[in-house]
Amino acid sequence: MRNSIRNAALVAASVVVAGLPAAKAQTLNMGVGSPVTSLDPHYHQLSPNNAVSDMIFDKLVSTDSAARNIPGLAESWRAVGPTTWEFKLRPNVTFHNGNAFTAEDVVFTIQRLPNVPNSPSSYAAYARPIVRMEIVDPLTIRFHTAQPYPLMPLDMTNVRILDSETHANAATEDFNSGRVAIGTGPWRVVNHRSGDRIEFARNDNYWGDKPAFERVNYRMVTNDATRTASLLSGDLDVIDQVPTSDLARLRRDPNINVTETVGLRLVFLGLDHLRAADENSPQITDNDGRPLGRNPLQDVRVRRALSIAIDRKAIAERVMEGAATPSGQFLPPGTYSHVPGLEAPEFNADAARRLLAEAGYPNGFRITLSGPNDRYINDSRIIQAVGQMWTRIGVRTAVEAQTWSTFVGRAGRQEFSSFLIGWGSNPDGSHPLRNILATYSRDRGWGASNRGRFSNAEVDALLTESLSELDNEKREQLLIRAQRIAAEQVAVIPLHIQTNIWASRRGFTHQARVDELTRAQDTRPAAAR
Amino acid sequence: MSVYLLRRLIQAAGVVLAMSIIVFVGVFAIGDPVEILISPDADQFERERAIIALGLDLPLWQQYLIFLGKAVQGDLGRSFVFNEPALQLILQRMPATLELAFAATFGAILIGLPLGLYAGLKPNSVGSKAIMAGSILGFSLPTFWVGLMLIMVFAVQLGWLPSTGRGETVEILGTRWSFLTWNGLTHLAMPALNLALFKISLVIRLTRAGVRETMLMDYVKFARAKGLSPFRVTFVHVFKNILIPVVTVTGLEFGSTIAFSVVTESIFAWPGMGKLIIDSINVLDRPVIVAYLMIVVLMFITINLVVDLMYSVLDPRVRLDSK
Repeated sequence: MRNSIRNAALVAASVVVAGLPAAKAQTLNMGVGSPVTSLDPHYHQLSPNNAVSDMIFDKLVSTDSAARNIPGLAESWRAVGPTTWEFKLRPNVTFHNGNAFTAEDVVFTIQRLPNVPNSPSSYAAYARPIVRMEIVDPLTIRFHTAQPYPLMPLDMTNVRILDSETHANAATEDFNSGRVAIGTGPWRVVNHRSGDRIEFARNDNYWGDKPAFERVNYRMVTNDATRTASLLSGDLDVIDQVPTSDLARLRRDPNINVTETVGLRLVFLGLDHLRAADENSPQITDNDGRPLGRNPLQDVRVRRALSIAIDRKAIAERVMEGAATPSGQFLPPGTYSHVPGLEAPEFNADAARRLLAEAGYPNGFRITLSGPNDRYINDSRIIQAVGQMWTRIGVRTAVEAQTWSTFVGRAGRQEFSSFLIGWGSNPDGSHPLRNILATYSRDRGWGASNRGRFSNAEVDALLTESLSELDNEKREQLLIRAQRIAAEQVAVIPLHIQTNIWASRRGFTHQARVDELTRAQDTRPAAAR
Repeated sequence: MSVYLLRRLIQAAGVVLAMSIIVFVGVFAIGDPVEILISPDADQFERERAIIALGLDLPLWQQYLIFLGKAVQGDLGRSFVFNEPALQLILQRMPATLELAFAATFGAILIGLPLGLYAGLKPNSVGSKAIMAGSILGFSLPTFWVGLMLIMVFAVQLGWLPSTGRGETVEILGTRWSFLTWNGLTHLAMPALNLALFKISLVIRLTRAGVRETMLMDYVKFARAKGLSPFRVTFVHVFKNILIPVVTVTGLEFGSTIAFSVVTESIFAWPGMGKLIIDSINVLDRPVIVAYLMIVVLMFITINLVVDLMYSVLDPRVRLDSK
């Protein structure tokens, strides 16, 4: 009975699918899991906003699906001096309203970055290294910096270019209303209903690859189960953030096409490095619940024991249903400054117990492992699994999951002894190094997300050296050495890198991206493959 | 009457003020909005700039006074996330929610009253027993589960109705309404039914209980003895008297439908206020949370007022200005 209903539905579905491409192929219906908060490309740094900005606007330097730099509005770029970067701009590019794109627009854009009122998370940091801009000719621009600055091309992959004329006095609301949501990108905004949907039309004058669809209906469907159901019912053609619990079923479905790639987001455990060896860590006690009088996490052997006590493979296969790759470092293989040969630590409970005994904790201790329950894929289930694994080697672990808005504040005040958190890297080792592994320093702007307060002079020195090294090969070696030291010191306990997953209906194929962005130009009719 | 209204208004102002203080302190206690909104790779300098930009560098009482000063002039602050006036954001989404709430409430009355009446008049028939058993299901099944089941059956398996979203809208007086187009109606059907299910059961049970109680009253017996037709007895004498509890509960339920249709709105991706408030709570967008709750308080007060006024129409014994 149930089967016959299912079969009937399948037949019906395939009839619908077969009927559709002719009638509906010109409109692409996409469903994304995270709401877009603004169409102003310089207002709020957030992945969903960046994805939509990538559809409307262009950057000097673009990135391909593997996050490698490729020419965007700049055809080429190079350092012409130790403190000067030169970008050669693409000729004959126009904005949606017909205005020509020139170096003036780049100057205007860089100047606007720090001047977007009320921005909760601005793009100003990308303008800060530039002390002076020089227009050599309408299609050549030079950025002068105070110190050598190797990260300039990477920074430019985050800055969407506006038109100096159209956007001269444009406020964020004007973008949101769609009135000045005008760029050089492959899609024009037709209609924006905040938090609900954005409708796009193809920009027929686009300089790059023409998009395959005439119109896009970009809908925000935040409930995971609903998003999957809408894909199955044919209301949506492509969805992102496929829930791991639906993955097995969608893979079996002949009408659904799942595309995936290893991402850039590492899920890891932070540890309390702030309390000195002879201080109490806030959530660690001895086995009877009394203060320990010392912080066992200051001993690298304890940190290593906690790391190898974790069966990362089991977590990736069982908890994450295969949608994760165990990792021993921030960047996946094939990325610039990935540390070669640094594998995910091997699971070995016996060795972990020996290390604990060597460090003076033959009977272990008690610890609380905290984490969010609404931020990363299956986050609260991961800490439960880790808690059991730690308890098995004698470190009796209590697990405490809480909502992100509470969790992140407490983590930032160093209230935890151990906690789960994630980090979405730019494809450059300096990014996690500077934010998470470098010594916390307000003056240098380092370690702002170093919530465990790990500090290592050698790592800091190598990072400093790399930040003024313009030779990409030498710089990569410095970054690799710094990351290797941090890994040897078990600065954090890496668990796995998340897999980014999209699902599309038959007739559509979506190119998976490592940077998690869901953009309409990455979907094509399957026949075109 | 006017004294009565004035007193209710002053009460309303007091409750709204208390609400705003509670929300201010509450959001402050939960966490720091900047930690959530800011890009993870922002450095300390950038974080401090954001704190100042959002006005969060001042002590809480000062933030509150600034808010109060602006609120008196009708400005409830700008959303941290959208950089748009909070009030405007909420009002933009109100029609979608109102539409859903009205559809659900009317559905509940249109379906619930007749069924409840039948079950009350013929308590021992098989039909009544089926209705009462069904109403237990309507009570006890969780909304999110029913919503997903509706989608699985009517959208995925049968393909009769669209799974999510609001569909085509028609613009009237600057707001968009979807119940005027066929496409919009098909989008409205499932979320409205999902929201109405609980209310239908509620109305059935209230009506049935009321009818059974009233049928035994002396005036009903007298009306029958006088030889009035059963129709007149039921629809004039009984019906009017059972309406008071039904009106009270439906009114309050209507309020909570508008204010807390969060689950249904997020399951059906319905772009209403419920979805806005849950998203805002997740990122601690305080201006929106405060504005939203103040509007909800005002709305409940208004609904209660309307319910009280309706009492006096339905039951002449109720006097509004009784002391």
